Amino acid sequence: MMEDYKDLMIDLFFNTLVCKALLAGFGLSLTTGSLGCFLIWRRMAFFGDALAHSSLLGIALGILLHMDMNVGIVAICLLCAAILTKTTSHQHLSADVWLNIISYSALALGFLALSKSGSNADLESYLFGDILTLRVQDLYWIYGCSALVGLFFYWKWRELLLITLDEELAKTAGVSVGLVRATFMVTLAFTVAIALKAVGALLMPALLIMPAATASRFARSPEQMALIATGTAFLGVSIGLVAAISFNTPSGATIVVSCLTLFLGSMLFRAR
Amino acid sequence: MVKKEIFMSQPLITADHIWVQYPTSAGTKVILQDVSLSIMPAKIMTLIGPNGAGKTTLLKVMLNLIPLSQGSLTRKADLKIGYMPQKLTINPSLPMTVERLLSLGTPERISKIQTLIDTCLKEVGAFSLKHTPLKVLSGGEMQRVMLARALLTAPDLLVLDEPMQGVDVLGQEELYQLIAKIRDRRGCAILLVSHDLHLVMAASDEVVCLNTHVCCSGHPSQVTVHPGYQNLFVAPYQHEHDHRHDGGL
Repeated sequence: MMEDYKDLMIDLFFNTLVCKALLAGFGLSLTTGSLGCFLIWRRMAFFGDALAHSSLLGIALGILLHMDMNVGIVAICLLCAAILTKTTSHQHLSADVWLNIISYSALALGFLALSKSGSNADLESYLFGDILTLRVQDLYWIYGCSALVGLFFYWKWRELLLITLDEELAKTAGVSVGLVRATFMVTLAFTVAIALKAVGALLMPALLIMPAATASRFARSPEQMALIATGTAFLGVSIGLVAAISFNTPSGATIVVSCLTLFLGSMLFRAR
Repeated sequence: MVKKEIFMSQPLITADHIWVQYPTSAGTKVILQDVSLSIMPAKIMTLIGPNGAGKTTLLKVMLNLIPLSQGSLTRKADLKIGYMPQKLTINPSLPMTVERLLSLGTPERISKIQTLIDTCLKEVGAFSLKHTPLKVLSGGEMQRVMLARALLTAPDLLVLDEPMQGVDVLGQEELYQLIAKIRDRRGCAILLVSHDLHLVMAASDEVVCLNTHVCCSGHPSQVTVHPGYQNLFVAPYQHEHDHRHDGGL
């Protein structure tokens, strides 16, 4: 009798845990799918990388200033985005050099700050993430941000596509390029913040880029590519999650490997 | 009729003694030096000049993409401009058809502007490309599609930055005829940058020879005999810069 009850409790606990992780994965896919497409189209894959790495410094800032971690991450990401926008327009060093400098100095500084912060911060989970440890509160963040990002994409989709084609062309078509670009950075910063706990600072760029890269082989329109990327991201997270539980492997890395498998699988089909 | 004459004689854009310069570590770099010109309705104006003469900068100043260092720019109220950039490199991972590209030109839904898209594509002879993905277009096809895109908003002024780039010699002549035809049919003004002098002469109403400053300007037949032009293009290797031919014709 007691045994049965225990089994039931374990079952229930396990199910809500998986359920929560799946819900988180779905919410994340909603933003990372379309955002990843824009990162690819605008040749900004490494930009996503740099912001993701800088989030570690954001966590440290959050802990040191006793505020919500997500706020710290968004603040640092926006700072890095601003610095990168400023530096890449001064062509003394090329953009990839600046990306490298920002990316790894933020990572190193964040790592140092965290190790000295005296908190019992689990560094590994910040670097590689664990979608199974997400709390309900994290789900609110994820869905709140997804709604904001979705709203922004819905509202500015045409402008974003025009800027992606050519910024000067967009300007002559009456698009306020600076504003749309800045808002894009803000959505990217929020996405980095919500994806951090799930896949970690080091693996997150993979969740942004791989599903979009998979989708680019099949899509015939930008909208289609964003939709396929969203679906692929959710599939990747779900398969990764199940595999992580079945084989008792780290969830962040398993999710990335599952996204990689989907990408490699897509190579078997002829691109459109 | 008289009223229309007055309207027709008002310039679309007037550039008045404009300067564009940047501070660099080696001192101030002057890109445009005291340039004045007027773009008149229904005229084709061509900018020619050597590399680095500031042709593209001048176009971008006209489009309000680059701020002026000095001088002033007056635009006719509600001036509609169709712009075709020098070269658009489409990221091959961006899946987009010609039709979709054109539909981005206006905020309208794609279903509402079908006829408009068809008309513009037919006008440049690119209707058969309507459903083609951008990444498979050749250089010449892309230029035609971008021209159609620029026509979409029924502009008063078409601004074309080196429209002949990536187009073979036969195609270039065709494209020039097409541009002249568009002007005749629509009555819009055209401002373009070109390298090819022979083709320019055939279609332009006014040629502006630019080398940071305006060396000379006027009807093609006048410009070709002007010493400033001769120095720049006929004997470019003996070119010793002096300012004697400033001021135009």
